[in-house]
Amino acid sequence: MTDVVQKPAAKAAGGSGFSFSIGAGNVDRLMNIASPVFLLLLWEVAARMGWIDVRFFPAPSKIFQTMFTLIENGQLWIHLKASMYRLFWGFLLGGIPALVLGISMGLSRTLRAICDPLVAATYPIPKSAILPLILLIFGLGEASKIVMVGIGLFYPILINTVAGVLEIPKIHFDVSKNFGASKLQVFRTVALPGALPLIMTGVKLGVGMGLILISLSEMVGAKSGLGYMMWNAWEILSVETMYVGLIVIAALGVLFSLILNEVERYLVPWKAAR
Amino acid sequence: MAMATAQPTTADPVKIRLRNLTKTFDTKRGPFLALDNLTLDIPTGCFFMIVGPSGCGKTTLLRILAGLETHSTGTVEISQPADDRPSNSMIFQGDSLFPWMTVWDNAAYGLTIRRLPKAEIKDRVGHYLNRTGLSRFADLYPHQLSGGMRQRVSISRAFANDPDILLMDEPFSALDEQNKLLLQEELLRIWEETRKTVLFITHSVDEAVTLGDRIMVMTAHPGRDKATLDVPFERPRKVLELRARPEYGEFVYNIWSYLREEVHRARAQDEGSSS
Repeated sequence: MTDVVQKPAAKAAGGSGFSFSIGAGNVDRLMNIASPVFLLLLWEVAARMGWIDVRFFPAPSKIFQTMFTLIENGQLWIHLKASMYRLFWGFLLGGIPALVLGISMGLSRTLRAICDPLVAATYPIPKSAILPLILLIFGLGEASKIVMVGIGLFYPILINTVAGVLEIPKIHFDVSKNFGASKLQVFRTVALPGALPLIMTGVKLGVGMGLILISLSEMVGAKSGLGYMMWNAWEILSVETMYVGLIVIAALGVLFSLILNEVERYLVPWKAAR
Repeated sequence: MAMATAQPTTADPVKIRLRNLTKTFDTKRGPFLALDNLTLDIPTGCFFMIVGPSGCGKTTLLRILAGLETHSTGTVEISQPADDRPSNSMIFQGDSLFPWMTVWDNAAYGLTIRRLPKAEIKDRVGHYLNRTGLSRFADLYPHQLSGGMRQRVSISRAFANDPDILLMDEPFSALDEQNKLLLQEELLRIWEETRKTVLFITHSVDEAVTLGDRIMVMTAHPGRDKATLDVPFERPRKVLELRARPEYGEFVYNIWSYLREEVHRARAQDEGSSS
């Protein structure tokens, strides 16, 4: 009986009287799934009909077959774990200093004057170009990969954090000063939360950069990791394994962006709810 | 809280003492005199109103007292509270709430900064959110509130901090007429509980006469004391009843006669500088 009473609420939420109608959002979602599936199908057909060279573009079914083999024999896990480990420590190593320095630069005009030219001069250097130097300094072990990821994450987070603090309206700093906040309290109650929306943008860009750099640095001086797996596949001409690497990295990119969107919704509820 | 309501007998009868206060800003076009030789005594417990044309330096004066700006010459003496209560809290013009904090956290800001015991924070913030009718909205964020509600939070934040002096910078100027009236009544009611010293800036003569014990009319730029008048109406006041009285209209007219000339002068300055 209570069900009958509650029905109209569901109807009102749907907008139209027909509760199973496909809204604009559902159509978008459907197309989001349909377009890659269609592309994969086209690829599969093209490979089987011999329209494309399967030495370079193996059929998707072959790629997924290889992927299952790599999962079964544990190879994929070993490489994935190695890459994630480096990504994680690189994230902490680059992200935390970038956050602290970024907020401090946003708060202090003097610090900005000192650091701005250094950032402007070092930021445009292609990160791939310093890989040899990093290998020289940190050797072929874990450290060099972690440092590469750290450097890649550092800049987008730093630059966005500074911009985030500078974007906070001056009145909020006036309020905290009038209420007697110490420097540390201003940092914690105004600068950090106020800059969070842009910090999150920086983290998203940084994680993308981290994925690029981890695969790159693992191709040169590593014996494990997704980058190594792909480079090794090139050396033994296992094209399918290369594609597996690409797919896994692409999937990681999507997964991280989904996770970060959730984190953002949790950390910045005042921006998300609009 | 009980201490605040008791009339201090030994305390200095003058809360804020300004002597020859001058403030000059350095601008690209040379020095700009914002406040010129201002001398002023504000008694303890006085609801002191400052009226003046826009750009006359009233906000600058308030910011100096709030410690957000330094004066150029002259002296500012503010008698400090005997206990460790804060000397002043400011209620800002426009949106000053932290968008990243809930209504509750915003209202509790001053107390959190001072690291007061949790129970006491809960007590005081709860009291003022209740007095301003915001208890139900404690978990909302500022962007979910109307302008009037946001300004109520800002009032709660200042009152909950229990400062010696309240500095209010045109807190109701962005509100519509009905909300303004409600908030003025609310402010009077809350103020009656504590009778703190208040310095209230406004460009509305009505607001000045409705709320204030004493009104200073400031001149157009540079800001000087044009006239200071005592408001002859008894407390507690009911805003609408007060406004219906003929003496009220007379007194408002009286203030206007001082202000009119300054408003015209301010406009002439504006037009002169923009052409």
